[in-house]
Amino acid sequence: MTSNSLVYLIALPLFGSAVLLLAGRRSDRWGHILATVLSGSAFVVGLVQFAQMLGRSNDQRAVTQKLFSWISVGTFKVDASLMLDQLSICFVLLITGVGTLIHIYSIAYMSHDLDRRRFFAYLNLFIAAMLLLVLGDSYLNLYVGWEGVGLASYLLIGFWNQKPAYATAAKKAFVANRVGDLGLSLAIMISFATMGTVSFAGVKEQAGHASTGALTAIGIMLLIAATGKSAQFPLQAWLGDAMAGPTPVSALIHAATMVTAGVYLITRSNFIFDAAPTAQLLVAIIGAITLLFGAIIGTAKDDIKKALAASTMSQIGYMVLGAGLGPAGYAFAIMHLLTHGFFKAGMFLGAGSVMHGMDDEVNMRRYGGLRKFMPITFATFGLGYLAIIGVPPFAGFYSKDKIIEVAFNAGGIKGITLGGAALLGAAITAFYMTRVVILTFAGSKRWDDKAHPHESPALMWLPMVLLAVGSVTSGIIFTHGNSLQNWLAPVVATSPAHEGELLKPAVVSILALVLVLAGVGLAIMKYLRKPVPSEAPTDVSIFTRIARRDLLQDDFNEAVFMRPGQKLTEVLVATDELLVDGAVRGVAHITQSTGRTLGMTQTGFVRSYAMWILLGAIGLLATIWVVTL
Amino acid sequence: MNAANYLYVSALLFSIGAIGVVVRRNAIVVFMCIELMLNASNLAFVTFARINGNLDGQVIAFFTMVVAACEVVVGLAIIVTIYRSRRSASVDDASLLKR
Repeated sequence: MTSNSLVYLIALPLFGSAVLLLAGRRSDRWGHILATVLSGSAFVVGLVQFAQMLGRSNDQRAVTQKLFSWISVGTFKVDASLMLDQLSICFVLLITGVGTLIHIYSIAYMSHDLDRRRFFAYLNLFIAAMLLLVLGDSYLNLYVGWEGVGLASYLLIGFWNQKPAYATAAKKAFVANRVGDLGLSLAIMISFATMGTVSFAGVKEQAGHASTGALTAIGIMLLIAATGKSAQFPLQAWLGDAMAGPTPVSALIHAATMVTAGVYLITRSNFIFDAAPTAQLLVAIIGAITLLFGAIIGTAKDDIKKALAASTMSQIGYMVLGAGLGPAGYAFAIMHLLTHGFFKAGMFLGAGSVMHGMDDEVNMRRYGGLRKFMPITFATFGLGYLAIIGVPPFAGFYSKDKIIEVAFNAGGIKGITLGGAALLGAAITAFYMTRVVILTFAGSKRWDDKAHPHESPALMWLPMVLLAVGSVTSGIIFTHGNSLQNWLAPVVATSPAHEGELLKPAVVSILALVLVLAGVGLAIMKYLRKPVPSEAPTDVSIFTRIARRDLLQDDFNEAVFMRPGQKLTEVLVATDELLVDGAVRGVAHITQSTGRTLGMTQTGFVRSYAMWILLGAIGLLATIWVVTL
Repeated sequence: MNAANYLYVSALLFSIGAIGVVVRRNAIVVFMCIELMLNASNLAFVTFARINGNLDGQVIAFFTMVVAACEVVVGLAIIVTIYRSRRSASVDDASLLKR
């Protein structure tokens, strides 16, 4: 099937971004409206595509559109063409839907910012790049979008780049992402070298004939790419600092969409990972490590946005774990991705709303008792909270429990380890999210008298309400009759084949719920029963201190990569100065001193020149005489 | 008479001329010494022509005389001009190239 309207999905927001950036200050008054309308139009195009897709039979649903022939060298051909299938449409609706809600939210949130137009231009640029990422029909097309979202993320993290710390955070995110991007470009090169093609369809067809070694190499490179973009261990350090960007950016890019691109990449490359078990196992391990890593950091953060960022890292860990579990897990990884898109974006917008009412204070220890002042924010945040900790029937219960269940049933020690990690993560998630809610909305007030907390305007709470509705209902919709699993089946080959069913779904749910209750109970004991100091206590255990320092992720990077790198450059600079510059300067010095010495013979006196001529002639004669003797 | 004696005279004249060029300061004297060296070589040429029994050396001697005549004209003109402008015919005074 081909379609001519796919390009509008990308073209509309791209057009908006171009207009806003090129028109400059002239578009200050209407720029945000244009951007929002264009983002909304892209959503409508996506809905129309979705409706058309529903009308076709399951194996006829994918549509393609060839834009132009991009590269044509010998037998190697890459078209710039788009492909919308059952997997992409999930992302398209998430990106444009949540994206449009966040555009609407930003109109109010950024209304006092002089650069609001530039902000909307970047948002539109992001939407266009992200859509290209999920619509590209080859790894090369995906790569363009992949870099595009990296650029948009960089621009938006450093949006308030008048603060050096924020500009540094943007740079950090960009550099960490570049490391991951290297993995993606290497994966593309390996796949071209071994299979001669980079399109999804071509690689899928060739994957059966390629050697396991090549597929494992591609898989590991794709995993590195995913760890960079999705803030997974060991490239996770940038996400916390990325919270320097305006809160709507954190909600859209660093919670709902861009950071999940790694999960998309792994799920899209399912044919590679299914044929390379080593790479697939690595994916699951990385996911399990990150979900615990993020959860532990989340327990120690007092900055509401950084706590949510740690939670995002942990939740994406769940998705990556799901995607690493093979055909049994892909659909649940995507399901968790979509539900997470709703509830985490909603909670970030809630955090933005709280900051909006509290003069941009982000320290939760300076909040407290805000539910009376911000009832709508509290309600929507609370629904997102219930969804993320996995209370039935909210969205997270369905998606997260499924991943835990699939992990347990992966078989053997692998299953027990991964499942145990995921279960433990659920308990910690319950603890830190309860902590966030209690510190922010419950307890007694701890803010200065200068702050006047108030509910945000309707433009801000309306998107929050819609996202809260998604957090409540999406889980039921996706699992009702295994709808999402069946929907994705043609793309990711879902198999319910549980190797030796270890735990029944009901057992997993009960176990998870018990642990969640334990986490919630612990948080209530710790933060609701006792008064919370408005300054972070300093006489804490070494574990708390390490967790506050993000589990030493920055210290590790500094000690292992930055310092030796700095030393290396110092050595190289010294070598350059000593050897290369030394050789050049030495030649110049020798020439100069020789010239100066010889110059002393040039006295300016005619008679001395005559003397030299005479001596030369005598010397010549003497030489001839000696030679001919 | 032994032709070698003419060559000794020639060598003597040339040496006197060369030493004169190196040690004397007066431009006119230096100039005369140059003439002395030219004529010493002329003498050598002519002597060799005689020894070898052909006219090659004598022809060269005529060439040298023509060149020497030209050189005298140009050289004397330069010396006179320098003397007029600097009131000195010392070759050491005209050492402006260095400075």
